[in-house]
Amino acid sequence: MTVPQRTEERGTGTEPLLDVRGLTVTYRSGKEPVYATRGVDLTLAAGETLGMAGESGSGKTTVAMSLLRLLPAESTVTGEIRFRGEDLLQANWGRMRAVRWAEASVVFQGAMSALNPVQTIGDQITEPILLHEKVGEKAASARARDLLDSVGVPSRRVTSYPHELSGGQRQRVMMAMALACDPGLVIADEPTTALDVIVQAQILSLLTELVRERGISLIMISHDLSVLASTCDKIAVMYAGRLVETGPSREVIGTPLHPYSRALAGAFPTLGDPASRLSPGGLPGDPPDLREQIDGCPFAPRCPEVEDRCRSGVIPSVRLGDRAAACIHVPGYEEGVDHV
Amino acid sequence: MSEHHDEPTPLADPGVAVPVLEARDLAITFPPRRGHGAARAVDGVNLALARGEVLALIGESGCGKSTLARALVGLVEPTRGEIHYNGELLRRTRTGLREFRRHVQLVLQDPYGALNPRQNIHDAVAEGLRLHGQRAGLTRRVSEALEQVGMRPPDHFFDRYPHQLSGGQQQRVVIAGALTLGPEVLVADEPVSSLDASVRGEILKLFLKLRDDLGLAALVVSHDLGLAWNIADRVAVMYLGRIVEVGRVEEVLLRPQHPYTRALLDAVPSMSEQKVTEVLGGEPPDPTAMPQGCRFHPRCPLRAILPEDKARECLADMPVLPPGEDDRQVACFHVDEWDRVAPQSTETRDPSEVTT
Repeated sequence: MTVPQRTEERGTGTEPLLDVRGLTVTYRSGKEPVYATRGVDLTLAAGETLGMAGESGSGKTTVAMSLLRLLPAESTVTGEIRFRGEDLLQANWGRMRAVRWAEASVVFQGAMSALNPVQTIGDQITEPILLHEKVGEKAASARARDLLDSVGVPSRRVTSYPHELSGGQRQRVMMAMALACDPGLVIADEPTTALDVIVQAQILSLLTELVRERGISLIMISHDLSVLASTCDKIAVMYAGRLVETGPSREVIGTPLHPYSRALAGAFPTLGDPASRLSPGGLPGDPPDLREQIDGCPFAPRCPEVEDRCRSGVIPSVRLGDRAAACIHVPGYEEGVDHV
Repeated sequence: MSEHHDEPTPLADPGVAVPVLEARDLAITFPPRRGHGAARAVDGVNLALARGEVLALIGESGCGKSTLARALVGLVEPTRGEIHYNGELLRRTRTGLREFRRHVQLVLQDPYGALNPRQNIHDAVAEGLRLHGQRAGLTRRVSEALEQVGMRPPDHFFDRYPHQLSGGQQQRVVIAGALTLGPEVLVADEPVSSLDASVRGEILKLFLKLRDDLGLAALVVSHDLGLAWNIADRVAVMYLGRIVEVGRVEEVLLRPQHPYTRALLDAVPSMSEQKVTEVLGGEPPDPTAMPQGCRFHPRCPLRAILPEDKARECLADMPVLPPGEDDRQVACFHVDEWDRVAPQSTETRDPSEVTT
């Protein structure tokens, strides 16, 4: 959208890299089902970076993990996930295994638990290469060294174990693994959550540089809007399992269309902004119970601009140029023009 | 609430009044552990909190800010130095500490961990009163505390258990428990970092409200500079066991002077543009292996561009905060050199760069 679409070798050029339609995920582990996502539509062009914003329970991680079908067995997934034209929800497990790492990979949150503690980082980086490509161990190991170099970890550390590295270095190793097979899409799930501001800045600048250089699409998940604003072209805001707003980052944050996006943006103060000085932005109330079906707009109970008609039916997303938001106050909602 | 809130609280003015809580040359060293030397978590801190003042203590993990907070509520015994409460030395006797803890209360990061899952809300809030043997009017005082933190009607929550409340409500309960004894100071360690963005603001508002309603002072420990901007009067920046810069929020956050403060501010992701600035190389420092001289010198971008003779000074000696009660104190030998050697980086942040 804001970035010119790059033509991917396997894509047709006009088709988005990723096209998600009506994605609904329900967890049925306990007595009552948990409705984690409730019909999410999403597209991502090749080379584009998308930030998924939302609070815990909003469904942002569920959406991202469902793309590679990494959800627990007790989840029911419906809808369509078209990746390079192929519906991944219909793909068999062999095909899924081929897609993971080689075509789309994940940088998990908390690298300490995502890495194998009893395997050297070199072995962990070569593993996907050996699995997915017809290369010998020597070539794979040379590539592991190159990858470590490119993420700023000295290549002599190939023989190190995860516990010998700092938190920032472990996150860099996770990135090297994610890039090992040159995927078209990288999903980064809160990649800097446990890290300090300065290390966070290092990791974010590295990640954005790597995906830009290689023309990789990025989906970054974070509860921190400022992290997404500084790294992604587009932002998608989720609330209670629904996508309430999408659009170019600067516009979603600068002039939010949905009242929830506005509240969320207000929770991240800009230093120097007199409006937030001694005046923290917050929102009374709590997100809805995910075990319940929601009638109307999920944000209605907390919304400062709520009207009667918000409380029933489905509030469709309205497109406005390259932005979209699911709110009756979006200009053009009345006319019902171009409902997504 | 109890008697000492009745008189109006003077406005925060660290220069004039006796601080309500003060650390003097405070140091806390943890003994060596398997292959690591002794950790000098806090290493000579002077810090004063005025009555009714909100002071933010900012730093990266491992800088010693949480240890300092725990020492300031009497939970950790200092290796060296003193803590003063309303001008009086804290004596680490049973009665001395007991009396002290009535006035200075701790609020922790994770409210669910701080609450007993088998204790209902009434009993959780009443715990402090019970421990201090104040049984008179127990339920009335629990109700008052819950009202003060915005949980209305209070009796509606009495029989609930922590797991039935949201994260924000749990943190309110923890704060209510801290209020029952009528403290003058809350020391809060990352009070909102486990909460969601929209709830965060509500809890921060509560700190400001408690200051306005009860004259409560607060020391809020955080890694989040936005929190300081949102609620604090002053901010202290900590690096490797020492305060490197302290002053009024507008001064320190908009016109930072210490190279470390500058680096921290530059590392804050921008809301208004798609840009990440990588400012400092290296990893967070290690309190078991203190560098000589200025603790920040191995990573200092200013020292890197100083002439050799000046750069040597950073190694030879440790800069201290200048004595006196200036509005702003900076522990750096060469702050003034910025203008000379790095004129491009001395611009202040532009307040018109507003996004929300």
